Amino acid sequence: MIPTSEEALAEAVKSASGPFAVRGNGSAGVVSDHPVLTAKGLTGVSLYEPGALTLVVKAGTPVSEVETVLAAENQRLAFEPMNLRGIMGGTEEGTIGGVVASNRSGPRRLAVGACRDFALGVRFVDGMGRIIKNGGRVMKNVTGYDLVKLMAGSHGTLGVLTEVSLKVLPMPETSATLTLHGLSDAQAVAAMSKALGSPYEVTGAAHAPVGPDGSAVTVLRLEGFEESVSYRAAALQGFLGLRCAQQIEADAAIWEWVRDAQPMHYPEGNVWRLSVKPSDAPDVVARVPAQAALYDWGGGLIWLRCAEDVDVRAHMAGVDGHATLVRGASFARFHPQSAGVAALSKGLRLKFDPKGLLNPGLMG
Amino acid sequence: MEMPTPDQNILNRKADIVARLQGILPIGCVIHAPEETHAYECDALTAYRCPPLAVVLPETTEQVAAVLKLCHQQGLPVVPRGAGTSLAGGSMPTADAIVLGTAKLNDVLETDYDNRFIRVQSGRTNLSVTGAVEENGFFYAPDPSSQLACAIAGNIAMNSGGAHCLKYGVTTNNLLGVRIVTIEGEILDIGGAFMDAAGLDLLGLICGSEGQLGVVTEATLRILPQPEGARPVLIGFDDSEVAGACVSDVIKAGILPVAIEFMDRLCIEVTENFAGAGYPDCNALLIVEVEGSDAEIDAQLARISEIAERYNPVEIRASRSAEESAKIWLGRKSAFGAVGQINDYICLDGTIPVSQLPLVLRRINELSAEYGLQVGNVFHAGDGNMHPLVLFDANKPGDLEKCEAMGAEILKLCVSVGGCLTGEHGVGVEKRELMSHQYAPDDLDLQMSVKDVFDPSWLLNPAKVFPLSASASRRASEAAQ
Repeated sequence: MIPTSEEALAEAVKSASGPFAVRGNGSAGVVSDHPVLTAKGLTGVSLYEPGALTLVVKAGTPVSEVETVLAAENQRLAFEPMNLRGIMGGTEEGTIGGVVASNRSGPRRLAVGACRDFALGVRFVDGMGRIIKNGGRVMKNVTGYDLVKLMAGSHGTLGVLTEVSLKVLPMPETSATLTLHGLSDAQAVAAMSKALGSPYEVTGAAHAPVGPDGSAVTVLRLEGFEESVSYRAAALQGFLGLRCAQQIEADAAIWEWVRDAQPMHYPEGNVWRLSVKPSDAPDVVARVPAQAALYDWGGGLIWLRCAEDVDVRAHMAGVDGHATLVRGASFARFHPQSAGVAALSKGLRLKFDPKGLLNPGLMG
Repeated sequence: MEMPTPDQNILNRKADIVARLQGILPIGCVIHAPEETHAYECDALTAYRCPPLAVVLPETTEQVAAVLKLCHQQGLPVVPRGAGTSLAGGSMPTADAIVLGTAKLNDVLETDYDNRFIRVQSGRTNLSVTGAVEENGFFYAPDPSSQLACAIAGNIAMNSGGAHCLKYGVTTNNLLGVRIVTIEGEILDIGGAFMDAAGLDLLGLICGSEGQLGVVTEATLRILPQPEGARPVLIGFDDSEVAGACVSDVIKAGILPVAIEFMDRLCIEVTENFAGAGYPDCNALLIVEVEGSDAEIDAQLARISEIAERYNPVEIRASRSAEESAKIWLGRKSAFGAVGQINDYICLDGTIPVSQLPLVLRRINELSAEYGLQVGNVFHAGDGNMHPLVLFDANKPGDLEKCEAMGAEILKLCVSVGGCLTGEHGVGVEKRELMSHQYAPDDLDLQMSVKDVFDPSWLLNPAKVFPLSASASRRASEAAQ
């Protein structure tokens, strides 16, 4: 079903006789036997105030369309949502509602926050077919419970997003990338931690054991006004005491490579996404028999591509963090939770969707 | 302030309840004598007070769990309390409630500079979190103006902001994990020293839930490297609308100041008399602070000044030194105290879209004339979080009520222009009844159903956040149990 209004979507849920696969454009490639209920029929910008850094947009609007609207005012989605097409091998591009529903963020997440940190308000249809709103379109809002955060990353299990309101940020005047070659994983994470502990406001820190040219590469990004970026690039190199190659501008390609997790694009094998403490990352990667690895967020995010029988979570024993199976079906998609936390999550699903209509079973 | 009628059964059982609490807590952790519980009868919303049945100050998470388990078994309402600095009555007790204070939970448990986090017990004060890491060049970003006194537990409960959140975000954006105790006494860890907690974002839900979902005893907080330096520029205008337009242009230009503060004529004059900061004689004043190296700061201040020049300012005064910065900030930082010298006031906290600033300021002036009460405006202009100070005379019968009625009008105005009732103080008891102006019945019902999940018997901070009439049936079913 592709409702073209919020009311029609609410009616579809209210009159449902069985569960739905809740989708945007399906770019995340989640497999389900249930009929699809998508928000992609709800499109368009409802309100855009560049001077207030706020955008209100219908959930089914393609991400590229949102980015085009923002670019016309020299602004952007600062959390840098990744594009999953490369990993999933799909052709559909993501919707903004899908990005929020899966809390999908890119390299800049470590500096400015995740998608959920930019989500100011939501409208959605809950499992009873009620149209609910929470939050709003202002940056500071503590009025009532924060269901905006709860909906971000709920993967369509608590409601179908119909409209989202987002904080946006200006594009920087320029950006620069420092590149370090040939570091071991442990050396790279140490260098990234040092850079992130500096006052130079690094907005991207990633490491690929096998980079685009086949050898290990570590990249650090700086953004801002030209005079500031050139000063910080020099100061950061001095601070690190390591020899770096420096590229001013024209660094978009490498960050797209990182954002979309290029080393995961080969069609075979499972693709995992791990969130850990950066200093634990090299050890975790060393334990897992993986075909490819990529570190983002200064080591806090690890991408792994491995054979279908490799249980990545078993290799994380004793390590704080969690792993999501982004591509593959040989293990549960989401990390198991402690009994108490799982019970609360289940309790919430029963309140938001008592009949189990919305992506049942996806999150437990 | 209407509060639920205390349960006479509970009041009658006070001696027994106190004995049970004393049985599970160390000596000195249970306060029950009327002359001692008075200290806990209100928070910073001092117009309303009610001594609680008893106060407990546990020393460990396990003791918190034991207290909550007992309260759950006995059907006792629990009012969690950080440092008691809430301006919204977020920790105002009822006569039949146990106040659970975090004052004895103030240790630093772990600091990790490589991974940039600190883990603390939740009773630790906001400023002392930064105090624990500043020698190593780090700080904790959220900085509510009560930061010397307020506790992290309360910051998490209210999702507190501060002057610097334009750049660094509010509490929820800087919180990585919590250890929380449920009303049943179960200890849960949610999130941790890694980014983006697994599963549903319970961390985001708990932050800002005003102590109604559980009691947070430990928090893992993101810490950031200190900037090389920071300096402000002061800009005076003849017209507040023009000041609003200037703020919008600065933001659009891609400059990301750490703070943009606004003061109107009343606040400028009152603070000038009080603190003598040397502010210009004008109708609207902006203080814009930026960070970086000296050269970076000079370059950003030059950009801001260039934008401000377009609006024919009365004065532009860019700070060139720490002394000049302190002088610029002096008036702003003493504003609340200065206004308090001339009269009693209530401090509102609505947020509006920045574009609505001219309209809202004009309408506040009209309301001020209608009600015959003075209003001073001093607020965080970059994010639209207003703090109108409505002046009244506490000794004049009826003046507080008139002032509250006018405050409610201003907050409804904030909602009607696309904003909200509270940007950083929380709903508490103060704005509870106004919630139905921002949310429809279904919106409130779904929020209350979240509480049903965490606290089915509605024992935790029960008469806060939601209009009493909206939560009545849920609270009644609790009493029947």
